[in-house]
Amino acid sequence: MINYTEKIPNNVDLGRDRVLQRALEHWQPAYMGWWYDMGPNESHNYEVYLRTAISVEPDGWAQFGYVKMPEYRWGIFLQPRDEKREVSFGIHKGQPAWQEVPGEYRSTLRRVIVTQGDTEPASVEQQRMLGASCPSMYDLRNIFQVNVEEGRHLWAMVYLLHRYFGRDGREEAESLLARRSGDADNPRILGAFNEPTPDWLAFYMFTFFTDRDGKFQLCALAESGFDPLARTCRFMLTEEAHHMFVGETGVGRIIQRTCEVMKEHKVEDPSEMRALGVIDLQTIQRYLNFHYSVTLDLYGSDVSSNAANYFTSGLKGRFRETKLDDDHVLTDAEYPVSEVVGGKIIKKNVPALTALNERLRDDYIDEIADGVGRWQRIIDNVGIPFRLTLPHKGFHRTIGNFAGHFISPDGEVLSQEAWKNHESEWLPNSKDYAYVQSLMSGRVVEPGKFANWIAPPSRGINNQPLNFEYVRFN
Amino acid sequence: MDVVTTQESKAKQEAVDFQTDPSRYKHWRLAFDGPIATLTMDVAEDGGIRPGYKLKLNSYDLGVDIELHDALQRIRFEHPEIRSVIITSAKNRIFCSGANIYMLGLSSHAWKVNFCKFTNETRNGIEDASAHSGLKFIAACNGTTAGGGYELALACDEIILVDDRSSAVSLPELPLLGVLPGTGGLTRVTDKRKVRRDHADMFCTNSDGVRGQRAKEWRLVDDAVKPQQFAEHIKQRALKFAEESDRPAGAKGVALTPLKRTIDEAGVHYEYVEVQCNREARTATITVRGPDSIAEDTFEKVIAAGSNWWPLQMARELDDAILNLRANEPDLGLWIFKTTGNPDVVLTIDEFLLNHQRNWFVREVLGMMRRTFARIDVTSRSIYAIVEPGSCFAGTLLELALAADRVYMRDTQESGDAPSMTLSKMNFGALPMVNRLSRLTARFYNDETHIDNLRSGIGKNLSAREALEAGLVTAAPDDLDWEDEIRQAIESRAAQSPDALTGLEANLRFGPGETMETRIFGRLSAWQNWIFNRPNAVGASGALKVYGTGAPVKFSWERV
Repeated sequence: MINYTEKIPNNVDLGRDRVLQRALEHWQPAYMGWWYDMGPNESHNYEVYLRTAISVEPDGWAQFGYVKMPEYRWGIFLQPRDEKREVSFGIHKGQPAWQEVPGEYRSTLRRVIVTQGDTEPASVEQQRMLGASCPSMYDLRNIFQVNVEEGRHLWAMVYLLHRYFGRDGREEAESLLARRSGDADNPRILGAFNEPTPDWLAFYMFTFFTDRDGKFQLCALAESGFDPLARTCRFMLTEEAHHMFVGETGVGRIIQRTCEVMKEHKVEDPSEMRALGVIDLQTIQRYLNFHYSVTLDLYGSDVSSNAANYFTSGLKGRFRETKLDDDHVLTDAEYPVSEVVGGKIIKKNVPALTALNERLRDDYIDEIADGVGRWQRIIDNVGIPFRLTLPHKGFHRTIGNFAGHFISPDGEVLSQEAWKNHESEWLPNSKDYAYVQSLMSGRVVEPGKFANWIAPPSRGINNQPLNFEYVRFN
Repeated sequence: MDVVTTQESKAKQEAVDFQTDPSRYKHWRLAFDGPIATLTMDVAEDGGIRPGYKLKLNSYDLGVDIELHDALQRIRFEHPEIRSVIITSAKNRIFCSGANIYMLGLSSHAWKVNFCKFTNETRNGIEDASAHSGLKFIAACNGTTAGGGYELALACDEIILVDDRSSAVSLPELPLLGVLPGTGGLTRVTDKRKVRRDHADMFCTNSDGVRGQRAKEWRLVDDAVKPQQFAEHIKQRALKFAEESDRPAGAKGVALTPLKRTIDEAGVHYEYVEVQCNREARTATITVRGPDSIAEDTFEKVIAAGSNWWPLQMARELDDAILNLRANEPDLGLWIFKTTGNPDVVLTIDEFLLNHQRNWFVREVLGMMRRTFARIDVTSRSIYAIVEPGSCFAGTLLELALAADRVYMRDTQESGDAPSMTLSKMNFGALPMVNRLSRLTARFYNDETHIDNLRSGIGKNLSAREALEAGLVTAAPDDLDWEDEIRQAIESRAAQSPDALTGLEANLRFGPGETMETRIFGRLSAWQNWIFNRPNAVGASGALKVYGTGAPVKFSWERV
């Protein structure tokens, strides 16, 4: 018998919820089995200085202390309920937010939750081998923090499935543990989550770009008329911020280090930077191009009937829906989407309801551009004449109106042949991957030490010093 | 609203052509490997047969199905070495997502109904080839198999679904679109797959469908196979089916050469079939000509003639004429069948066909004839047959009269010129309707005594009075009455409600008993066509109309 309140911190009255208890009795051991199999490799005996959420109060959601990851207390937290909350968009706008699943939206909601939930364990699987090549104890601790929180986000989605979707929900929750990233027989649902995360540069890029897609999806679901989903996502967003912090500062520190070496040795050519053991800015640009374009695909088709239905039904809103100044119904509104016609990229207005994927993608791009701007300032501050750029929205896309077209990073429509001729300049090539791998052949775990290719962070975790022992290997 | 009007007027301008060949396919790839053919669906998004929608996610429209129909014909005739057919998709994680919803939303009611009918006939054709041609079909569902995509799979002998924990088979028409899985889906789930009715109820009201082992348990698929083993499993099943086939080894195929056809304002003109359109009277006169003489009296000569052999060429021409009139001439509500030629020649060919029906090519020709005549039975046009001096309603061509709603035969007094009707063995079961009855058996409601009497008159040239006596004709006006009787019969028919006539004819044509096919063309299609006309589907806020716009569906809750 599990002592629920001790083992599983929660604010959903788990100790008295028979439905949840029955579901978790089966699922919790299966989850532990999954963590042992697919969690960070060889990490189970480490004591890691982790943040654990034990309540939603300001002093409760970030408790720091050493913990062995299999003993991490994955909890179930929803932002406290606002009794007056209403559905804020779509045809049910103004009605009290739903506390139970409306029968007519059951399968749609379940699909939305399963799709979101499937990404959480997927990224843990994608990253499980990276501990062997970490650039510092600080970074190792950060990836573990990201991993346990992705695990908690899985719990959050599974809570919804268990609590609100009966037997179907329990089966879906089991499937979330059964799929495996990159497994040909048993893949994760979304393409990007079956790609490997081969090195730490890819990991930082992933957490900056792809976890930010997660943030935008969560923001849209945090507006949901289905109140438990909205409250769950709101709490998840507090944790998601840390993941993007890891990504943004990780890439930033690599850029910082490269620029310092460039300045110190007065070198500009990539081969010279590589000779000095840092990652050239050109390779960083190519990684950026890759992760950005793959992540843009995750938002789905530019024109999407599903997105329209989700909005109209009140299931998934827009980014910061309640802050937007319009009617929140969008019956007659329009929104521009891009199309490739006769070798040119044109903008075309379509009903705004059908363009909600594109709109969310555009909101995402705005925020990404700010982050890339901050990276640029690092380069500028060191005085290196190099510009990091975001490629055109249509570059390297396989979903939506750009799919099947060959767009350069500058937004030029090319022939397939012309595009392929430049591919290795625009996307990481096998030499880039091999070089980045070569830098990361072993791990750096002496407290306070950092690999040559990355700068130390400006400060430690929870005000601890940089030479703090963030991980005890035992 | 503008879009719809444009769509309909465009449809009038641009005729649908049902003739194609593999070099012109936009949406399918047809590959051959020993005894196995693989039909790979790879729908071109921008290749719709009408403007205004994109064929995303391997969704289909009439143009996609015209190619599928052509591919099946090529396999039947041009590739006798083929014994099993794999139907699969080139798209990643999508088998087929069914009929394109935006196309349906833009289409007129008549276009939808005609599209569904042709699609149904093509699905039936797959089953017909399985039952009669020694071809077995495997649906290799390598991803999402939804709506019409699952209906296509249901027409196959075996359905294998990839078991990747994501791919499902589904019939989401009702929950998503407020219509039925109307291209045979609902009927095949019960009659063919024997899915229990409560499971079928669950399955058809849930847009997510069913995947993996449960799909197998519910009999929705025959197997759910892991991605790594999928291709090999499909291949082994196809080889197993191939072993059991009686298709010939080493036979040479017969090329289906393009039809010689001209289309003009007056009608459609082929070598053996002539269609004259009378738009003022809203009639089409379809005259089928028998061959002048028998050029092919041995099997070798028949093979040498190939697609020019009269029974095959006539059937192909008639088939194309029927499809052409159905799609492009919806206002011509009365078809008048006439024949010309030498009855003896047709009877001789009938005998040759029946004596050689174990031969693969003859079997295919008979199948083509059977399916072509069966199209007439389910055509939503009134049909008269007119038997006049010079007619050739004998054996095979007599089926045209038996398929008609009424038969008029001129009881002429001018000797030497009197028309006759002649029964052959062909009329006693070789060309069954979709209810698997011969048209004679259906016409006389299984009255064995009467049918035996008719059988004893095989080969006899029946005069108008004898034919009337035998119940083969509706009326036999004499020379004095003929012109006016016929004129009035045509005018009065052409003036009546087209909807009511369609309903009447569909009820009267099939005689006793039901089969899966008659349930599809009758019960399922009729309900679907009713739903297609209701505001809950096609009104301004109907489910089918607003699908994809994000606008809310508003139902009238009144049960009818």
